Amino acid sequence: MHDLYDRLKTRFPLGDWIARRPDLAFVDVPLAQLRSVLLHLRDQEGFTHLVLLTAVDWIETGEFQLTYLLCNRRRACDLGLRARIARDPASMESIHDLWPTAATYQRELREMFGIDFPGSPRLHEDFILEGWREIPPYRRDFDTLAYARETYRERPGRVTRDPAAYMQQQLDPGGH
Amino acid sequence: MALFTPDRSQYPQTRADGSLDIDLTSGKYLKLWQGPQHPGITGNMAVELTVCGDEVVEGRTHVGYLHRGFEKLMERRTFIQCFPIVCRICVPEPDFNEYCFAAAVEELAGIQVPERADWIRTLILEMGRINSYLMYLGGQAGAFGLGVIGQWTTYARDLMLDRFEELTGGRIYHMFILPGGVRDGLPDGFATRLEETLRELETVMRDVYDTLFCNAVFKTRACGLGVIERDWLDPYGVTGPNARAAGMSKDVRRDQPYLVYPGLDFEPVVATDSDVYARADVRRRDLLVSIDLIRQILARMPHSGPLMAEVPNVLHWKIPLGETYIRGECSRGEYGYYLVTDGSGYPRRVNVRGPSYTHAMALLERMIVNANISDVAALMVSLHTYPPEIER
Repeated sequence: MHDLYDRLKTRFPLGDWIARRPDLAFVDVPLAQLRSVLLHLRDQEGFTHLVLLTAVDWIETGEFQLTYLLCNRRRACDLGLRARIARDPASMESIHDLWPTAATYQRELREMFGIDFPGSPRLHEDFILEGWREIPPYRRDFDTLAYARETYRERPGRVTRDPAAYMQQQLDPGGH
Repeated sequence: MALFTPDRSQYPQTRADGSLDIDLTSGKYLKLWQGPQHPGITGNMAVELTVCGDEVVEGRTHVGYLHRGFEKLMERRTFIQCFPIVCRICVPEPDFNEYCFAAAVEELAGIQVPERADWIRTLILEMGRINSYLMYLGGQAGAFGLGVIGQWTTYARDLMLDRFEELTGGRIYHMFILPGGVRDGLPDGFATRLEETLRELETVMRDVYDTLFCNAVFKTRACGLGVIERDWLDPYGVTGPNARAAGMSKDVRRDQPYLVYPGLDFEPVVATDSDVYARADVRRRDLLVSIDLIRQILARMPHSGPLMAEVPNVLHWKIPLGETYIRGECSRGEYGYYLVTDGSGYPRRVNVRGPSYTHAMALLERMIVNANISDVAALMVSLHTYPPEIER
């Protein structure tokens, strides 16, 4: 797949190429170039299948990583385009006009990560959560444990153990 | 029988933004909810229908009734603690979650799985595929009111669940494919009993073919219904039998082979009509391919050798910074796991790519327009969607 990188590099300013497997690579793409790269890959390089669109929360640097994974069905290879956007406010250009199915991914990302995709169809309709009032739950700063403790009653008689300590105790009761 | 009305004057006009101008106060249209509690729905989802007479003018899929936040839950669990969670993402065919998660962890951790474990993994995945198809066939027939087929396929599935119970200890969730290998080898006499089950399955499938696929009711209603156009496949992310029924010979097992598939002899099942009947027939024939694959696996798999690779202490297992995507061909299409690690003992991000995500949302909403209400259940089942993998 490295020949693809060489071809892309002549057209777009790309970041490092991370070859995970012979049939899978990831590459960082500047935000301003992302749409052009997606279009070029879809129309010129045969990456017609949008496998997934998802986000990774890098809260330490205040950024979201958006991963657009594309598949070239004919050459049986995948390329993941990674773009970094600011966490607050998080906004990204919509690609629902390139792949209609991207609208679903974008709806989910708005709901779960709070990323806005202006112009994406039905973006503000509830996707999974109804009447959610907390911060978007898939952000790293949303604490599921604290939420569960505040929201749900503890069932009497329930015992919670630290898994590592409990397994250690089971494997080595004497603590040797 | 669905009758499309060529005179569109009484149907809503399309606005400039592509949405429909539906005035519910006009008395022309009616909102109908199919699901989440409805016999003609696949799992815990609902379709909000707007109908004009008995013709659907708009359909919107609603999910979230089964959301448990698996992806988030995994971020605060160690890699081995994620292993018993992932199978819950898909009830009828849970093994792909186990395989994809295990393979992603192994790749990022640099673990080489023993060959014997790969054979057993492939066996389990094919057994799971058969189970999933049997459930589908019963559901597809039931959507047309042919209830007896579901009884037969449930019986056949139960036989296969017996084999799963014998092999893994669990009937539905198996928790057998864990990072590093598999939990155990085949029990004594397992291959013989599995062969008996396969023969019984073939008998059931012959009956299903005669009773369902040669049935005038099924043919009349399923042929020509719910056609997925060839040029929708990429824009709507259509994979698996839904794509193969539209003539696209695409199967991850052959195109990007994993486990021991490169050494197995099979051809993806393809059809061209792309309607409900074609999709059902592709799945029926694919089930027979799986039976053949299981026989090949039983005949060729090694009976000795390690089942687990050396893995670090799972209580303190840290995986270096990295990301990968692992895919497999499940009964519904491409199933994949996108795993990101950050050098800690927990996954940074796990994203599950279930085929239903695209099929039940954008594709179904497109297909359902102009369908007759009586065909909605059949259309939905024909896409073979499982809601938990949409909402994860």
